[in-house]
Amino acid sequence: MSELWQHTAGQLSALLGTGEVSAVDVTESVLERLRSVEDDVKAFITITEDEAKAKARKVDEMRSAGEDPGPIAGVPVALKDIFVTKGIRSTAASKILENYVPGYSSTAAARCDAAGLPLLGKTNLDEFAMGSSTENSAYFETRNPWNLSKVPGGSSGGSAAAVASGQAVWALGTDTGGSIRQPAALCGVVGVKPTYGLVSRYGMIAFASSLDQAGPFTRDVRDAALLLDAIAGQDPKDATSLPIDHPSYAASLEGGVDGMRIGVVKELAGEGLQEGVKIRFDEAVSVLEKLGAEIGEVSLPSFEYGIDVYYLIAPAEASSNLARYDGVRYGLRVDGEDIVQMNSKTRAAGFGPEVKRRIMLGTYSLSAGYYDQYYGKAQKARTLIIRDFERAYGEFDLLVSPTSPTTAFGFGERTDDPLTMYLSDICNVPTSLAGAAAISVPCGLAPEDQMPVGIQIMAKALDEPTMFRAAYAFEQSFRGRDSQIFPELVSR
Amino acid sequence: MTAPSAQFVTTIGLEIHVELKTRTKMFCGCPVAFGGEPNTRVCPVCLGHPGTLPVPNEKAIELTNKIAMALDCEIAPHSIFHRKNYFYPDMPKNYQISQYDIPIGSRGSLDMEVGGESRWIGITRVHLEEDTGKSVHVGGGGRIREAEYSLEDFNRAGTPLVEIVTEPDITSAEEARVFAQELRSILEFLDVSDVRMEEGSLRIDANISVEAPGRSGTKVEVKNMNSMRSVFRALEFEEERQRNALMNEEELVQMTRHWDEKSGVTIPGRVKEYAFDYRYFPEPDLTPIEPSIEWLRQLQEELPELPIAKRRRWMEELGLGPYDAQVLTSSPGVSVFFEETLEAVKDANPKQVANWVANNLAGALSDTGERFSDLKITPSQFAELMDMVASGEINASQGKEILSAMLLTGTSPGSIAEERDMRQVSDRGELEAVVDEVISNNAEVADRIRAGDMKPFGVLVGAVMRATQGKANAAVVTEILKEKLGAS
Repeated sequence: MSELWQHTAGQLSALLGTGEVSAVDVTESVLERLRSVEDDVKAFITITEDEAKAKARKVDEMRSAGEDPGPIAGVPVALKDIFVTKGIRSTAASKILENYVPGYSSTAAARCDAAGLPLLGKTNLDEFAMGSSTENSAYFETRNPWNLSKVPGGSSGGSAAAVASGQAVWALGTDTGGSIRQPAALCGVVGVKPTYGLVSRYGMIAFASSLDQAGPFTRDVRDAALLLDAIAGQDPKDATSLPIDHPSYAASLEGGVDGMRIGVVKELAGEGLQEGVKIRFDEAVSVLEKLGAEIGEVSLPSFEYGIDVYYLIAPAEASSNLARYDGVRYGLRVDGEDIVQMNSKTRAAGFGPEVKRRIMLGTYSLSAGYYDQYYGKAQKARTLIIRDFERAYGEFDLLVSPTSPTTAFGFGERTDDPLTMYLSDICNVPTSLAGAAAISVPCGLAPEDQMPVGIQIMAKALDEPTMFRAAYAFEQSFRGRDSQIFPELVSR
Repeated sequence: MTAPSAQFVTTIGLEIHVELKTRTKMFCGCPVAFGGEPNTRVCPVCLGHPGTLPVPNEKAIELTNKIAMALDCEIAPHSIFHRKNYFYPDMPKNYQISQYDIPIGSRGSLDMEVGGESRWIGITRVHLEEDTGKSVHVGGGGRIREAEYSLEDFNRAGTPLVEIVTEPDITSAEEARVFAQELRSILEFLDVSDVRMEEGSLRIDANISVEAPGRSGTKVEVKNMNSMRSVFRALEFEEERQRNALMNEEELVQMTRHWDEKSGVTIPGRVKEYAFDYRYFPEPDLTPIEPSIEWLRQLQEELPELPIAKRRRWMEELGLGPYDAQVLTSSPGVSVFFEETLEAVKDANPKQVANWVANNLAGALSDTGERFSDLKITPSQFAELMDMVASGEINASQGKEILSAMLLTGTSPGSIAEERDMRQVSDRGELEAVVDEVISNNAEVADRIRAGDMKPFGVLVGAVMRATQGKANAAVVTEILKEKLGAS
């Protein structure tokens, strides 16, 4: 490796710590890479070059003054444009927030800043995080660095693509029903959906409040642990953030999987998988077995209802969360004859079709006379899924499945068929509904299309240390065989 | 067929909103206050900016629990917030964080007295929510849809608001007024709210329906009652309007009506053609309220004596009349003033003090619209005045004059009496000289009295009082006159 942008955050931290390189060197290298491939990848809605350089200088000044800016200070980061950032336009990839410049910062962004991470910019996403391909962005499509004619997955497609292409050393995304894990798998990077409540949701533009959770995109497992260490922890501004002292995840990597009980989820690892995904996943499982894990199969029948339950609960919460975009206080306003008309014209013009579809779905499932049948029933089914997980974790330490049933698909392939698009997240929604943790780790390219495949390692709530340990052990053993990190950025 | 009016049955239920007196808003750190420059007490949270989250105000939860306890409610061991969804420009998130199926308090009652009779009014629920901002719709008669434009002030948005709903147990406008006053007193004693109806920190809406034999009632919601008096007047008007409609066999429509204080009538508002669908669902941004038994027990212990209990105790222990007891327990201000005065007096008895506080002092305050908390004088100054009256140092009318001066200046009664040379003259020697002079100036009257005709006795007492500029102790004067004239 010759260029700084190619290094992992862990490697860069070491170089910065010894003073071999400066934060300005690192940031400029990454910014140069960002600019040189952005026309191909289109990962960023807003690039904050000046802010990034200023922050890098500040970190260098601290180091030269003998102050400790922190272990990862100076490694630049990109944020999904759903984290609000003070003084920097924050859009959620929606026209309704096209010119919205917040007066405050999200806790996750503030913690990145406090850790000394220069902000490279705000990455593209499906509007309000609603989608699985980033095609629902109101601005433009982001391309998969492994094949520019394929989608990067979604909704955090911009963050995933930026990390995969070297436009950012690492990035934050949000995961409501797979929005970190699925694009991580499709772009061949590591993505973590932490336990619900581990990372503050304050300042994350809400999609579905009971499911939304922020997490890192990185090029290896160690980096993911480092970044999660920086952003996790209770926040007095988020009443649902967990009142716990979390252990250091970066210190939880070693130890291996010898003797660990790992269950393969039958419902997610059998039928309906793309052939190459199945091949790579089975190989990954045998790698874990060779490393000493006890592999078994577990059936979780309630997972069959995962997508149905998710598409009742998430849109219901979204329909309420998105009611605030009415043209009264901020964001887009389209004038009308009276205020009611102004509201509806603003929302008609400001929201894209998928957002409207979900608002209508959610409004319907909460309506009088339908609540018990839909939202109420979905909550009961959610409880069944949680029980199934509990049962499985009585038997196993971790559960595994492919992260996505397919590799990245082509633009427009699923946009006319929302149900097929929704099924992209079939492996991811159960963990979200249970509020538990999961990580997606690259496990090779599918032979038929040479596109990345990811293995999803699921852990019970707050058991991130065990999850990281297995992910790290797997990655260490797997790396030797398939070490290609940066794709060529071509269309195939 | 018309029914005799005695057969009409009036059913009233009240819905009361109380703004809590917390330092900060329900879900953010903005200060709670009334009025002020528009949009000066706002932040991203109470303006509903993207990504913001509510953090519950623990004090507001505590105060709501106190209200629920004072109203004898069952306290939910696991209570949750819901979102009430509807669009309105003064509601920043277009949903209100409120409570739905599991309020903090439920199934309570309020004990009150109407015309000397005890009445229990059922309390359906006591729940906690956030207040909205305020809209001013300019043009189009102030209605949102016809307005030329609307102005929004979010200073009030997010103020903790408690909703208290009664059972339909109230049977007259007078009962409604007594209930509202009793509830206001309780809230004042709990020190949870400013309870100023004119500022909207106490808001009362009513549902009222009148039934006649064979004709079921039609529920009408009455809003915009901005004082205790208007609660009474509005409901009396509405009761009469519905009775008349029933007698004339006119159709009554379920609707909202607004009380117009000036013209003294209720004006039709929105017709309730359908129930609004608020799409309630549990608020995912907040965790359940689960008070510990120890905490609830501690709150219970901290509850002050409620006005009705105090009233009954004073009537029994101090022998106060119902009117005085009522006035003295109408607010903690008057109640504490009375108690502290009682502790400070030497000669005056409780009944006397009660009478003075309930009539002279409370009367003077209601004339100026002040509250006991605004008083310039202290209970010990007032106690001094009471002792001066009780010991005969001054007479009652002098006492009233001194009181007026005290209320203006806040100076002690002794120095006012001194200044105005108003000490009552009780000295026999001094008064005998005056009496002698009056007798000699009114020889004819004196003779009639000596002859046993007591009718003109008062004339002589009056003459002595005039001669002393009202300072003579009337009792002593009477005594001397009787001795000198051999009357009995």
